[in-house]
Amino acid sequence: MFNVENIRKDFPILSRKVNGKPLVYFDNAATSQTPQQVIDAIVDYYSNYNANIHRGVHTLSQEATDKYEQARKKIQTHFNAKFAHEIIFTSGTTHGINLVANGFSTLLKKDDEIIVSALEHHSNIVPWQMLCERTGAILKVIPMNLDGELVMSEYDKLLSKNTKLVFVNHISNALGTINPIEYIIEKAHEVGAAVLVDGAQACPHLKPDVQALNVDFYVASAHKMCGPTGEGMLYGKESWLKKLPPYQGGGEMIAEVTFEKTTYAELPHKFEAGTPNICGGIAFGAAIDYMNAIGFDAIAKYEHELLEYATNKLLDIEGLKIYGTSKNKTSVISFNLEGIHPYDVGTILDKLGIAVRTGHHCAQPIMDYFKIPGTVRASFAFYNTKAEIDALVEGVKKAKMMLA
Amino acid sequence: MIVSIEDIQKELIDEFSMFEDWEERYQYMIDLGKDLPLIEDQYKTDSNIIKGCQSKVWVHAEMKNDKLVFTADSDAIITKGIIAILIRVFSNQHPKDIINAETDFIDKIGLKEHLSPTRANGLVSMVKQLKLYAIAYQTQMK
Repeated sequence: MFNVENIRKDFPILSRKVNGKPLVYFDNAATSQTPQQVIDAIVDYYSNYNANIHRGVHTLSQEATDKYEQARKKIQTHFNAKFAHEIIFTSGTTHGINLVANGFSTLLKKDDEIIVSALEHHSNIVPWQMLCERTGAILKVIPMNLDGELVMSEYDKLLSKNTKLVFVNHISNALGTINPIEYIIEKAHEVGAAVLVDGAQACPHLKPDVQALNVDFYVASAHKMCGPTGEGMLYGKESWLKKLPPYQGGGEMIAEVTFEKTTYAELPHKFEAGTPNICGGIAFGAAIDYMNAIGFDAIAKYEHELLEYATNKLLDIEGLKIYGTSKNKTSVISFNLEGIHPYDVGTILDKLGIAVRTGHHCAQPIMDYFKIPGTVRASFAFYNTKAEIDALVEGVKKAKMMLA
Repeated sequence: MIVSIEDIQKELIDEFSMFEDWEERYQYMIDLGKDLPLIEDQYKTDSNIIKGCQSKVWVHAEMKNDKLVFTADSDAIITKGIIAILIRVFSNQHPKDIINAETDFIDKIGLKEHLSPTRANGLVSMVKQLKLYAIAYQTQMK
């Protein structure tokens, strides 16, 4: 049974004060908070079996290797990948995207086309621009409408036999829109293009099934789903991962090295050069266990309640405008008060102990589209409460009074 | 007669010491922003924008009778208040005095939290920019 008060007890940070006020943490789309269960996994690793993995014959190394590989299996099961070796540990979503972009630089040629969406985070625009510069490929953009939804009829027109890659986020970080990735993947495959989905914002809210989606690559970050920072995963279909060249050279990723020639290790180690973030991987596994124990259906249902509650309450404030009004969105509200800079609102809210994000959210093209300098973004997680939303609403009213 | 930078700083510390909580301090700062000597539109150019601020801040400097006079603007109200305080301290002063001025008054008026270099409003960048203008004009005068 979903009980938010019990859940909150798992998160030590939620009981701290900020500027003398109880912390209200609404910056979950930037990073989520960490439950005791995950903190314990980190402490357990360093207290009991810290060792380098895969090559040691000693007991600690064996234990660390086992736990690390168990974590990979947990991630495989969670995302329903066919094989554990299709899960590559990364330092986070950005790393995963760069790994794939780098791999494609040997597969693309001049005038090949790459499609991205207008809703992308900078981390899903810049690597492709760099890839286009290196290969002579052309970048095309799926436009969005005033609700912050991608226009699928325009996407259809962009697709052609020249399309080699499509990159889109599952959920927009700036607006919370859930994109129709099933449709996007199916249509891309019809012209023979591969699809990478950035799941950074989706994974805290839902459980993607990579086989059902038939997606070629899917990337996520642990720190947005109750795990540690500096850790993430790349799922790639076995056939694609075999085709892509290694990203970085180093230890761990080789089978045999002579000065004449090196043969690369099998998957997944081919893409995991050097000593990885072992503790991070294990803690990522613990975070996935934690979220699954609560259950993604219960999480989605509760967060939707929070979203509706907050949307209605905030819209009661005169002069408040919400950006991203798709029916299909997660618990993210990006808004502005008429005539007031988002930075001012964020500063006042911080004085009240309320953590929100202000600015362009690393998605400047979206802000340009709406012709605004940025927004105030409140993003809710399953451990937030309606009482906290009430505090936000009061805070916004206060900010309005002081700043207008 | 010029009031010295130090005197203006003392004056500000006195004014801010009257407030009991952050709300009054911020309200006063917002009010000070309303009296900001506004930059002329022709100087509101990209090259006059101070980098490192989440909101836009434009600053223009020119010499008048050996003294450096600043005008500015911002699209955010709190930022406008902060730059207004800085301009009250540093404007209409000799470049040499601006260069040598201490800035610990910012802490003393209870705006310490804005001093962190990682803070998005860029108060540190603003102080640096005003001092850079002073250095540039000081060099010209020599």
